[in-house]
Amino acid sequence: MSEAKFEPRIVAFFCNWCTYLAADLAGISRMKYPPNARVIRVMCSGRIDPQFIVKAFANGADGVLIGGCHPGDCHYQEGNYKCLRRFTLLKRVIQEMGIEDERLRLEWISAAEGDRLRTVMFDMVEKVRALGPLNWKPAEEKAPVAEEVTA
Amino acid sequence: MPENRGYLYFPGCSLRATGAAYDESLTETFRLLGIPIEELEDWNCCGATSYMAVDENSAFLLSARNLSIAAQQGGRDLMAACSACYLGLRKAQDYVEHYPEVRAKVEAGLKAAELKPFTGVKVRHTLEILYNDVGVAQIKSKAVRKWQGGKLACYYGCQAVRPYDEVDNPHNPMRMDELMRAVGAQTVDYPLKTKCCGGTLTGTIHDVGVRLNYILLKEAVRKGAEAIVTICPLCQFNLDAYQCEITGDQGEKFDVPILYFTQVLGWALGGDPGKLGLKRCIAGQSKIKNWFSAKQEVASHA
Amino acid sequence: MRESNGAVRVGVYVCHCGSNIGAIVDCKAVAEYAAGLLHVAVARDYKYMCSDPGQELIQKDIEEHKLNRIVVASCSPHLHENTFRVATAKAGLNPYYLTMVNIREHDSWVHTDRAAATEKAKDLVRGAVRRVVLQRPLEKGRVPIDPKVLVVGGGIAGIHAALTLANAGKKVYLVEREPTIGGHMAMFDKTFPTLDCAACILTPKMSTVKNHPNITLWTYSEVESVSGYVGNYDVKVRRRTRYINEDLCSGCQECIAACVFKEPKFPDEFNQRLGKRKPIYLPFPQAVPQTPVIDPETCIEFKTGKCKKTCLEACADRHAIDFKLTDTVEEIRVGTIIVCTGFQAYDARRSPQFGYGIYPNVYTSLEIERLVNAAGPTAGEVVLRDGKTVPRSIGIIHCVGSRDENANRWCSRVCCMYSLKLAHLLKEHTDAEIFNFYIDMRTPGKSFEEFYQRLLNEGVHFIRGKVAEVTDWAADPSEEGKLVLRVEDTLLGVVRRIPVDMVVLSVGLEPHADAQDVRRMFNMTCSNEGFFLERHPKLAPVNTFTDGVFLAGCCQGPKDIPDTVAQAGAAAAEAMALIDAGYVEQEPNVAYVIEEDCSGCKTCIPMCPYSAITFREQDKKAEVNAVLCKGCGTCVAACPSGSIQQRLFEDDELFEELEGVLIHA
Repeated sequence: MSEAKFEPRIVAFFCNWCTYLAADLAGISRMKYPPNARVIRVMCSGRIDPQFIVKAFANGADGVLIGGCHPGDCHYQEGNYKCLRRFTLLKRVIQEMGIEDERLRLEWISAAEGDRLRTVMFDMVEKVRALGPLNWKPAEEKAPVAEEVTA
Repeated sequence: MPENRGYLYFPGCSLRATGAAYDESLTETFRLLGIPIEELEDWNCCGATSYMAVDENSAFLLSARNLSIAAQQGGRDLMAACSACYLGLRKAQDYVEHYPEVRAKVEAGLKAAELKPFTGVKVRHTLEILYNDVGVAQIKSKAVRKWQGGKLACYYGCQAVRPYDEVDNPHNPMRMDELMRAVGAQTVDYPLKTKCCGGTLTGTIHDVGVRLNYILLKEAVRKGAEAIVTICPLCQFNLDAYQCEITGDQGEKFDVPILYFTQVLGWALGGDPGKLGLKRCIAGQSKIKNWFSAKQEVASHA
Repeated sequence: MRESNGAVRVGVYVCHCGSNIGAIVDCKAVAEYAAGLLHVAVARDYKYMCSDPGQELIQKDIEEHKLNRIVVASCSPHLHENTFRVATAKAGLNPYYLTMVNIREHDSWVHTDRAAATEKAKDLVRGAVRRVVLQRPLEKGRVPIDPKVLVVGGGIAGIHAALTLANAGKKVYLVEREPTIGGHMAMFDKTFPTLDCAACILTPKMSTVKNHPNITLWTYSEVESVSGYVGNYDVKVRRRTRYINEDLCSGCQECIAACVFKEPKFPDEFNQRLGKRKPIYLPFPQAVPQTPVIDPETCIEFKTGKCKKTCLEACADRHAIDFKLTDTVEEIRVGTIIVCTGFQAYDARRSPQFGYGIYPNVYTSLEIERLVNAAGPTAGEVVLRDGKTVPRSIGIIHCVGSRDENANRWCSRVCCMYSLKLAHLLKEHTDAEIFNFYIDMRTPGKSFEEFYQRLLNEGVHFIRGKVAEVTDWAADPSEEGKLVLRVEDTLLGVVRRIPVDMVVLSVGLEPHADAQDVRRMFNMTCSNEGFFLERHPKLAPVNTFTDGVFLAGCCQGPKDIPDTVAQAGAAAAEAMALIDAGYVEQEPNVAYVIEEDCSGCKTCIPMCPYSAITFREQDKKAEVNAVLCKGCGTCVAACPSGSIQQRLFEDDELFEELEGVLIHA
């Protein structure tokens, strides 16, 4: 993949009530944005364990986007504040690991803000594209869950 | 309140010619308020109305040069007192920001003149600076004279409030009214406060230009105003200079003082009437002499 | 239930959604790719997975191919997750062995590049397949529903919702902020397009509310806090004191007559401040309840303590008046809540070009409603503010504050029609020449267009154009003393000046200034405009994102009376559906403690906003109350030893999904 055509891989953790719905709204409104992000739905941004983010970078993500409800608007009252605290610390930690802190981003996007979601997607993709590939730890195809897993 | 670091001042051509009274009274007002203003070094024409109509690009370039040197002399907002200068500079800044094709041409032009592209310069009008940065309360507390003259019609003209709404509400600007009231003046409801002063028509289609000024004067008088206060040198000039030519539909004649708002403010703040350019006014000189006496000190104007 | 004994066998279904997905995502290729993934036994693409044949396809495969995990790649799980869970359960598989992949809203509808969109779909499907392998069978919990309902707001929406529920035998609390119920509708003179009198159709409903054995009516009251969850909301209501005991008052109004103010002196809010009231007053004659209010801002006793208190004397045998009364707070438990808090009219002062507040003879439409009303401040006589002159010409400006970039961008939906109604009423009252200034005439309701035709035939003038300004500047002597409307007549293509005696501003509808506070209290969402957001604009128009909280009326968006009543009925029916079910099912995605690993550090306890986690002293372990837990997962992310997990969002499930989406094909 040549440098000019670098398409960043972005993992997005969206809360079920605000940002995931904003992405639904962007879809319903047929807004267009770049296809780089892979959305993982959690009920609340407060569920996002810092390990998820480190794991995402380790597995080849060039950027991680977290989307939650606006301050004061959390469906679970204050999960987004917990998320913000963890995010602030995590920003420092990933810098120490040699990852530019712009690769990790937290945005408050309400269910009504499909347009804002689109803007953030564009902006995130452009910013990470400018930073180039992360190559923090090349992703290897790990053997998925063992064959004998049974329910 | 944080210390006001002052402003870069763009006088433009009018304030150094027909609008000298504006320049003088403004300088006096800021001196009395203790706010430093420094004239933009080596400024040039703002590229106002006539340029814009003939060659937009040249007009933008003229304003861009001013903005670029303002950015170099840096760190302060750029104050324009003339509404045409304000609009010319503001528009250039807006177009460069929002239209890449304009930006490309302007940047090429600046490069040819070995000037840097401008960023972060804020263009502001004197009225808005006095209203927002100084404020009605401070003007009130610093005023040492209370206006005893006639009722005032505050006339804003077109360019300061349209199309940008940063100076005041385009539909019903009131900031000059509030400042005038702060120094004790009564202002009248003046429905024509943003209507046309005739602009350059007084020089081209003279009859139409003068007719527009007649409408403005007639309504001000009907509303009980004894003087009109302006924030733009062209408005002031049109209303003042052609007043003697006007004979109304009912044969009426006018002798209405046309003032700059900085003349009233400067006087109220304790300025020397001789430094406010009052003698440059044409109409209503006897009223002006009477109103702007140096003696009317206010014992306690709390 | 069929549980999988033996190997995991995943079925993947890729939906075309007609061409909604298929046009951008190569669904066949995605299905073929999925077929090659580990554990996948069957992978298919199909035109409409949500259709009956689509669902049957899954059920048949579960049977024939012994599938025990299902992945459906289609639309948003917010739309069809339940559909596919039910389909899965019907085939005997636990419904939580299903995962949905959103390749419509999050993929085909937002991307244009077919190759990239298809890649994205493959990545998402791969993540889902890896996730679903680990998913566990889960059961929904059940919580009983308290059958009582809280209705917030006593306008026509709240009145109708409360009556519908009460008539069905449900106990209702109706809480209204103002001293009377009735809302805006009580202020209207007539209603369009039938011109029936608003009071005549509303006031009987108002008194029914007061007398209904199933309705507890609290006016002059506000909801102060809401906690709990669907089926079991604990609500505090502050009942502001009127200084008159509602239970003792007979509604005789002798106190009002006896007030030391012989004449009404203070602006009367109900009459849009056009009339006057006393410090002790009833907002309007048919107010419900018929208990007056004392306004401490204007009452002499409250201001000076030296009033003769003639009102007390007048009430001597009942002792209903008591200046020492204070607010009380009621605490109630309800199962469901209907929010009908209405709208506020646009403040015309925000558009100074129309001269409201500058020229006395510029009125708002609500003022005109009161002016033409026989019970209004002038007893129905339409006169200018001087109190005597009858206007000979009237201009009605539509869309004031609506469809305006500088004010509100939305159409307020009712203004065209009420402007027509006011034109008719003003013509009837004054025989004045009437001009309507409109941008577009919007008459899309039953009998609306016919009403417009009627007004045209009545000789009302219609000028298509947005009024630039209202001014008293006279361009020639014929305009002296008039208000002049300057407008571009877009049908004639000229700028016109229309001099009139009276200007009416048809102000738009907007959310209440405190809508954001109300939204937070009931855990709702607002649209960009600030109106409360319905769960789905088409399919769940009275639901909110909070279970058990419903919407009706203009708090959800501008609408007319018939639409409001219909919506209120719908909200009442939704509440009843919950109540009659007797219980609500709770999503099983709650947190639980893995007790062997819990060190008892208590980190999780302050994380929970619902106090669902407690510390068990006897063995020093944390414990989650599954009924109180709402499933946010904040405690899970906080646990340092990973010993709290969230069902359906287990760490290992999310890690698998994460790895899955990141492996490039």
